[in-house]
Amino acid sequence: MTGKTLYDKLWQNHLVEQRDDGSALIYIDRQLIHEVTSPQAFDGLRLAGRKPWRRDANLAVPDHNVPTEQAERAGGVAAIADPISRLQVQTLDDNCDDFDLVKYDINDVRQGIVHVVGPEQGATLPGMTVVCGDSHTSTHGALGALAHGIGTSEVEHVLATQTLIQQKMKNLLVRIDGSLQNGVTAKDVALAVIGQIGTAGGTGYAIEFGGQVLRDMSMEGRMTVCNMSIEAGARMGMVAVDNTTLDYVEGRTYAPKGELWEMAVEAWRDLHSDEDAVFDAVVELRGEDIKPQVTWGTSPEMVLPVDGVLPDPANIDDATRKTAVTRALQYMGLEAGSSIGDIRPDRVFIGSCTNSRIEDLRSAAEVVKGKTVADSVKQALVVPGSGEVKKQAEEEGLDKIFIDAGMEWREPGCSMCLAMNADKLGAGEHCASTSNRNFEGRQGFGGRTHLVSPAMAAAAAVAGHFVDVRDWQEAGQ
Amino acid sequence: MRAFTVVSGLVAPMDRANVDTDLIIPKQFLKSIKRSGFGPNLFDEIRYLDEGQPGQDCADRPINEEFPLNFPRYKGASILLARENFGCGSSREHAPWALEDYGFRCVIASSFADIFYNNCFKNGVLPIALEESVVARLFDEMYASEGYELTVDLQRQRVITPSGEELSFEVDEFRRHCLLEGLDDIGLTLQSAEAIRSYEQGWREQSPWLFDVIK
Ligand code: SF4
Repeated sequence: MTGKTLYDKLWQNHLVEQRDDGSALIYIDRQLIHEVTSPQAFDGLRLAGRKPWRRDANLAVPDHNVPTEQAERAGGVAAIADPISRLQVQTLDDNCDDFDLVKYDINDVRQGIVHVVGPEQGATLPGMTVVCGDSHTSTHGALGALAHGIGTSEVEHVLATQTLIQQKMKNLLVRIDGSLQNGVTAKDVALAVIGQIGTAGGTGYAIEFGGQVLRDMSMEGRMTVCNMSIEAGARMGMVAVDNTTLDYVEGRTYAPKGELWEMAVEAWRDLHSDEDAVFDAVVELRGEDIKPQVTWGTSPEMVLPVDGVLPDPANIDDATRKTAVTRALQYMGLEAGSSIGDIRPDRVFIGSCTNSRIEDLRSAAEVVKGKTVADSVKQALVVPGSGEVKKQAEEEGLDKIFIDAGMEWREPGCSMCLAMNADKLGAGEHCASTSNRNFEGRQGFGGRTHLVSPAMAAAAAVAGHFVDVRDWQEAGQ
Repeated sequence: MRAFTVVSGLVAPMDRANVDTDLIIPKQFLKSIKRSGFGPNLFDEIRYLDEGQPGQDCADRPINEEFPLNFPRYKGASILLARENFGCGSSREHAPWALEDYGFRCVIASSFADIFYNNCFKNGVLPIALEESVVARLFDEMYASEGYELTVDLQRQRVITPSGEELSFEVDEFRRHCLLEGLDDIGLTLQSAEAIRSYEQGWREQSPWLFDVIK
């Protein structure tokens, strides 16, 4: 018998029922809930007269709509200026009260982006099945969990039954061997993978990220990589459990303690693919080959190394791709054949569930320390991923570094990642953003997003255009 | 959920690859706490010339005359023809809600993003993946003849073109069954409540640290 992949094991452990028609009933250990994709699910429960199957399996936190300006935030839900956002956040509060679910209020220090909060509190753990009505739930796979986004009907399904009806995915191993160059981060790895396999490359697969680069990577870096699995088309990405995982989890609020910890660690030690496991597909990259990445277009696969040159539709044969590139260049207001280094961001956004953890903020702070944001940059926002991250950053004095450089230090939330609150781009504005999607209008109507790492975003903020953070740091800029 | 058996209708184009869920329904409309009413904002950013706001009456907005869904010839379409990787991006179910509310019962594309594909079935919208070359041919036929209609027969898993050509498509058995019958998944799953309980008990013994922690 051949060995099992990590995904096979997680699947097997949670299989309630395999059905003849190929579908399966899978048990869900943890559901994270936020305000945007849950109201209709709670309504559904109410209409059918159902109750949550297991209330302790759920944890709710508002993040998408919350204001990040301190003044507006201080007044709590009632002070949210946009009445529609206010109603949505209030509805989450009311629903959690009605159904007796645990929820962090918007000014609770534990509040933050749901995918930052989960691992941080130990609410998501190795070996779990984790779902949330949000596609970046793949983030939690970094812990060695089976984690993926679901739609609102499924949110309701999980609330009512603690299970999901699923089809098993195929296994894809993305192996990155070697080591990363200085200045190259997890974000660059994620973008390089997407650049290689495309935004549909992972469709139908569960991805396992492996290889020496992942082994050497911190948990926060692994979360960044798994976070963007969905941009590669895969609902879930995961990394095997090792000591880095255990060190990260130990001591967190909801993590097991004492004897239970020992018992859990023993179970978690098995959470890796067996030596002889067979993957349906394997993609390999060399760590040394990965340069800092910048997206130039309107899909995450439209990405180039920082020294790259934008494609020219005239040289593209495939008709669909030719149209896509033409449209993207036009939307982005960029010339075919121009350089990444010529792109000048009007705004800079450091935040989102991809890159708003403490290491991300440290890496951005290191770049801007003692410097100032270029005059051409209208706004540089730094939005920590959670209240805990914010507190930690302030203890380390990172907030001062940002503020001294002319950046804005905000309250935690999704913010300009999708611009559901007041933080957004104006039409035609370019943004160096550490988020995960550069779709048309994502960060504001007509806005133009360039996805980069925190260090690259910070360097662009100071230089006023994209620069290679590797030379830049060496040159002592 | 509305059952889907046979649907015949006018076909409209969404002729680009990688249509993402932000394009299908922009985020400002996700602030709604309802499940209906998203139709007027389907493809909002390219359908209108201004920036749409939730709750606004779309009848007064300047429309983008170049966007095919605004062409008179595609008015009343119930089948959307699209390219590869349709529905990529977020898990927002507002995307199929908007398609359904607009009047689309079926989306035909060369491939779909996983979460979107799954969400469609929960809302009576049938996503059909056909070979890229076949989709290209359907696009050609549709552009060539105004009033181009297709018939989709879920029972027989066939798309039937005006010339009578039958194109078969794949759909997994469980989803097909639920859609044909218009079944509520939750009700079905609860028929397995015993199995869930017994699994849960075993899992609790094996992994007690996963239970009763968040209180
Ligand atoms: S930070 Fe952005 S991608 Fe992440 S959950 Fe919030 S809106 Fe979604």
